[in-house]
Amino acid sequence: MANAWRNFNGDLWKEDIDVRDFIQKNYTPYDGDESFLEGPTDATTELWNQVQALQKEERAKGGVLDCETEVVSGLTAYGPGYIGKDTKDLEKIVGLQTDKPLKRAFMPYGGYKMAKEAAETYGYQINPKYDQIFNEYHKTHNQAVFDAYTPEMRRARHAHIVTGLPDTYGRGRIVGDYRRVALYGVDYLIEKKEADKLNCGDGTMTDDVVRLREEITDQINALKGLKAMAQIYGYDISKPAVNAHEAVQWLYFGYLGAIKTQNGAAMSVGRISTFLDIYIDRDLKEGTLTEKEAQELIDHLVMKFRMVKFARIPSYNELFSGDPVWATLEMAGTGLDGRSMVTKNDFRFLHTLENMGPAPEPNLTVLYSPRLPEAFKHYASKISIKTSAIQYENDDVMKPFWGDDYSICCCVSATQTGKEMQFFGARANLAKALLYAINGGKDEKFKNKDGSPMQVGPEYAPITSDVLDYDEVAHKYDQMLDWLAGLYVNILNLIQYMHDKYYYEAEEMALIDTDVRRTFATGIAGFSHVVDSLSAIKYAKVTAIRDDYGVTTDFKIEGDFPRYGNDDPKADDIAVKLLHAFLDKIKKHHTYRNSEPTTSILTITSNVVYGKATGALPDGRPAFTPFAPGANPAYGAEENGLLASLNSVAKVPYKYALDGISNTQTIHPDALGHDDAERKGKLVNVLDGYFSQGAHHLNVNVFGVDKLKDAMAHPEKPEYANFTIRVSGYAVKFIDLTREQQLDVIARNAHQVL
Amino acid sequence: MAEVQGRIHSIETFGSVDGPGIRFVIFVQGCAMRCRFCHNADTWDCGAGTLRTPENLIAQAKRYRPYWGGGGGITVSGGEPLLQIDFLLALFKLAKAEGIHTAIDTAGQPFTDHGPWYDKFVALMGLTDLVIADIKTMDPDHHKWLTGVPNANIHQMLRTVSDMGVPLWIRQVLVPGITDDPEGLKAERAFIDSLKTVEKVEVLPYHTMGAYKWEALGLTYPLDGIDPPTPEQVQAAEAILVPGKAQA
Repeated sequence: MANAWRNFNGDLWKEDIDVRDFIQKNYTPYDGDESFLEGPTDATTELWNQVQALQKEERAKGGVLDCETEVVSGLTAYGPGYIGKDTKDLEKIVGLQTDKPLKRAFMPYGGYKMAKEAAETYGYQINPKYDQIFNEYHKTHNQAVFDAYTPEMRRARHAHIVTGLPDTYGRGRIVGDYRRVALYGVDYLIEKKEADKLNCGDGTMTDDVVRLREEITDQINALKGLKAMAQIYGYDISKPAVNAHEAVQWLYFGYLGAIKTQNGAAMSVGRISTFLDIYIDRDLKEGTLTEKEAQELIDHLVMKFRMVKFARIPSYNELFSGDPVWATLEMAGTGLDGRSMVTKNDFRFLHTLENMGPAPEPNLTVLYSPRLPEAFKHYASKISIKTSAIQYENDDVMKPFWGDDYSICCCVSATQTGKEMQFFGARANLAKALLYAINGGKDEKFKNKDGSPMQVGPEYAPITSDVLDYDEVAHKYDQMLDWLAGLYVNILNLIQYMHDKYYYEAEEMALIDTDVRRTFATGIAGFSHVVDSLSAIKYAKVTAIRDDYGVTTDFKIEGDFPRYGNDDPKADDIAVKLLHAFLDKIKKHHTYRNSEPTTSILTITSNVVYGKATGALPDGRPAFTPFAPGANPAYGAEENGLLASLNSVAKVPYKYALDGISNTQTIHPDALGHDDAERKGKLVNVLDGYFSQGAHHLNVNVFGVDKLKDAMAHPEKPEYANFTIRVSGYAVKFIDLTREQQLDVIARNAHQVL
Repeated sequence: MAEVQGRIHSIETFGSVDGPGIRFVIFVQGCAMRCRFCHNADTWDCGAGTLRTPENLIAQAKRYRPYWGGGGGITVSGGEPLLQIDFLLALFKLAKAEGIHTAIDTAGQPFTDHGPWYDKFVALMGLTDLVIADIKTMDPDHHKWLTGVPNANIHQMLRTVSDMGVPLWIRQVLVPGITDDPEGLKAERAFIDSLKTVEKVEVLPYHTMGAYKWEALGLTYPLDGIDPPTPEQVQAAEAILVPGKAQA
């Protein structure tokens, strides 16, 4: 211990597990610029070229390079695996999920049917012996959930009034505090969990105590398994890391254990940047590491994150397209004491996008504050413009709720590292719920065998007038949301219970305090469309067009109405009220294991799936077309430019959506200015202005001409949802054009410029 | 309280290429020129648009101050702002009271050097931090063909602005085969050299994103078939108009 912790300050973290204290007492804030950064080593370039070749091969094979068919994934299921047989020694940080790079593991515990289908979709046959094992001998999570579902729940899923639920895939959203492995070594962590087990309960075996005692044992076994896993690679991680190389390797082993045992949608890495800088800084001072070698460690670590893969079924890929892993990793942030937490390592992580080119994983997230050092803000801005591969979250707004050691546990949601776990709950389709309110609970898309509309919602009285009256709609919508909130929370209670029972995240929970805080993360889909629809009904004249069963098929809108995305309080107030009302309804219900309910406005790529299942809405959105993603204003709603849109989103209070408010904006580089320095500065201005008004999140894509082709082919992708293009003196009034037409206009010009 | 209202086409809250910094751009409705390369043909009609008060516009502009950093401000473009000079005066008075940087993006066509209009123009210049002006083309006959109006009074306006000490940014839209003639550009550079307050000269490459607006108005787009300039063509123009600009 003593040598590993040489020259580290602080006492609290030495007496008990307290990584935050270790960080606060030891990190070196850095206010300078990126000039100290080093390029990739030959090893990095060689290895990354090999990985890219494999990725190309994977694409050529239809998206999956290789799938396991014989071995059930686990901590010690495989011998050591490397990127290239002959280049093992080049890998500074080692460890693969399976025995081969990009090979996808067989992970049946979330759902055997799904694991089998995922392999078969790509031509791989799981050994048939597993049919009996996982159907007769051992139930899996997915089977358990469906064994318990009520008919109402099944109908709700079928109709997509709730969807994307983690009943066919791992719930993810748990960030183990992988830093603990490096700081303390696994033996100490086992010791602490043994003590927790001794203190678990007073001997009275209530359900909670029994369950927790079993869970702690599972955790201890996972820690032992983690040691064995590291041993396979020739490393003894029972003791703390003694230098930067070990710190990075130990930490990565912690994460590797998670991705060998769980296939959650989001398997995030956490707040590791400042932590690792402490070790790197010590080595640099001791003269045992050079800056180039430090960058190499980070490059190799990130390379491993870029290689994380999971076997997924087609319906999952529709929901979450692009093979995402949400290996989210944070940089910057500010401490509770006001100091910036930007270190040189925060620059190193961003620099991986230059050393190895842009990549969507790990999901690099800047915890932003206008008060961060200017040099860092400008470097992040430069990277955004160059790569469009980073996102920003508002540390000033998150710190009061989560402190200064939170991680992002998926795309935008926060979790207190090592102290909290989340019950992920996907999202409810609030846009379809509005149609249910109008149609008396009858679905506008899904039919019974006889062609009549399926009764999915409660059989409340529908609205029968041709012209929609706002007060009547608001009242009925409120009732329908009450029903939806109750059903949704209870579906999630069921799912989380079964996941704990059949697919418990022992390894991750082993790296989290036993006395853990739990949050219950719900979500909203179709947000902007509901806001605009209610606004249309209130301020314009909306006439319902119905089929022979009395269910709406379309709406006629006469007159203009304020839309969300224009900084107009008339529309934005509806947005705030809607969020608040839904959260209040969620909170009324019992939640599993006393978890604290939160909600979010984020959809990732599932905006397409939800949209496909939802009919025409009173805001003018045509039937079965994609929703605007997350909290983005609806396509065509923004009539006043980017900043008006940002102002609208900034009004949505984070305190009512603690699980996150997601906003994606795409800007043409010329819209930021005519040269690099101008563009960098203007993007920083945009971030400062947006976050200073309390907004939560911004995904910034700076796309030039080359992306436009993709945008035209896939206009429904969230990254193209709101596209800003600016030319001097040009008044953009695209609202009369469809998305396809707008992109076409831009692209025609762009192609001529090429 | 000002009673004059502005006839407005649209608002752009993220005006990043319409003056220094990030700007709140007000595109006014109405223009008397008929430039063949116009990308805002939907701003020509003096009867269209929405009426808005200066107070209302300034209140809206202030909502974007958090994004301006130390710079930014309001730019009035269009259409032709100088066709609504009373509105501009009222608007800029309010803007200056708030300490907001003011810019006008104009083609100069309404300028006259005498009478009540000129007095208003002088007053307006006292409230204006920057004039951004399009020169279109130097030769008077070519100008008449290209824009529908003469250019003598436009040059007068630029000289007046310069004499009054108001900063100028000069813009030239580069249309291959029409405004890229080297002799014309040299004459333009000579004219610019005669002005005293020019801070910046920009070559704006012609683009075709305005064409769909002509079609929507039922008009034939006069430059159909003309492509935007190549980077080399832009550089050649810049070599004449913006000497001293670093070439990539």
